[in-house]
Amino acid sequence: MASAGPREVLPLEARGLRVRLGEREVLRDVSFRLEPGLRTVILGPNGAGKTSLLRALHGLIPLAGGALAWAGAGRDRRAEAMVFQHPVMLRRSALANIEYALAVNGVKGAERRSRARDALERTGLAGLAERHARVLSGGERQRLAIARAWALRPRILYLDEPTASLDPSASAAVEQEIARIHAAGTRIVMTTHRLGLARRIADEILFIDGGKLVEQTPADRFFEAPRSEEARQFLNGELP
Amino acid sequence: MADIFASFALALRMVAEGDPEFAGIVALSLTVSLASAALACAVGLPLGAAVAVGSFPGRRAVIVLMNALLGLPSVVVGLLVYLLLSRAGPLGDLGILFTPPAIVIAQTLLVIPMVAALSRQTVEDAWQEYREQLTSLNVRTTRAIATLLWDARLSLFTVALAGLGRAFSEVGAVMIVGGNVDGVTRVMTTAIALKTAEGELPLALALGIVLLTIVLALNAAAYLLREWSARRHG
Repeated sequence: MASAGPREVLPLEARGLRVRLGEREVLRDVSFRLEPGLRTVILGPNGAGKTSLLRALHGLIPLAGGALAWAGAGRDRRAEAMVFQHPVMLRRSALANIEYALAVNGVKGAERRSRARDALERTGLAGLAERHARVLSGGERQRLAIARAWALRPRILYLDEPTASLDPSASAAVEQEIARIHAAGTRIVMTTHRLGLARRIADEILFIDGGKLVEQTPADRFFEAPRSEEARQFLNGELP
Repeated sequence: MADIFASFALALRMVAEGDPEFAGIVALSLTVSLASAALACAVGLPLGAAVAVGSFPGRRAVIVLMNALLGLPSVVVGLLVYLLLSRAGPLGDLGILFTPPAIVIAQTLLVIPMVAALSRQTVEDAWQEYREQLTSLNVRTTRAIATLLWDARLSLFTVALAGLGRAFSEVGAVMIVGGNVDGVTRVMTTAIALKTAEGELPLALALGIVLLTIVLALNAAAYLLREWSARRHG
């Protein structure tokens, strides 16, 4: 019997989020709403708090204030997955890495094997199934991380700078995976400092600066005529 | 000097011919040390990993205590085990004082702190790397401990070998709880001490050669395993 998938958890409403890292407040009173189905790209200059926001949304760092309000019966951890800028691969094969993620999330036996193989095929990594995950190239690892996250069939997928350290062809492959995952019905929330990637992928932009949300704007409008002066300066390369 | 060389030559012949007394001592040493190291790993590895991953009040004090126990004097452990197992002690009814199981108990107690402290450090390093990824995958603490132990297995194998080396080289506690009884509890280290005192240098040297060879072989095996793994798994 196939295991029950995660519940629908969107829309997600972030209300007055505050995050402290040591003495520094890295997010200050950040509020927004994430509707189902869209691709949100978080933009901002270096140190703006993009990654902290993603980690706070995923529950990896505690909130110093504010709250996250999930739809329906509240948070379902199985509905979320995250791909890190430098994903950690367990010391086992590519296939076993995905099977591990499925196993800890309660997917059993034959279904586990089948979903893991399916995720590898969808990401073009089927030929590397038995290869040790730690000897894969940077691009292959990133795609494997995406495959591992995708296999969990999350409702919302967080990606932290998924193409930051990849060459153009590996970046293009990752971009294609993201597009496929979104087409399959998963909500995408991603940070990047690559404006070209953001233009191609985003439906909406969350622009943050200095730990504060400056604007949440549909992507086409953001790139044509940002509402805030900070965003305009950022797009013109006048912010660091 | 000539006596030393003659003793050395005699020792090599004993090793080559497998002298029965010599072989019995080596076999007992291997048995009790392997058993001690295995038991110490069974306790020390999960204990070290749990302290590495866990978050609980007094964790720092536990780490300090674990590190302090690395310097535990072996004769003190021997004395405590002796008191426990002696006829008047709480475990005296077991009647295992001056038997190989008593040696195993003493060596295990000596090796556990070493395995726990070293594995705590190893697993904590791995946890720094894995923490966010495992949390993101919804991995519970017990599963995380098992995963870290498995993924750090090569480093932990070295820890286990260090524990085995500690067990092999133990003298004081083994002498106290084993009694160095000929043919019963005489192991390599206690035999070397006794035979040296009695002037039977060939047997003492032969045992020393075996002890050194075992320690060298263990370290070589650990080194080769790590090299092989680094080439294969990155």
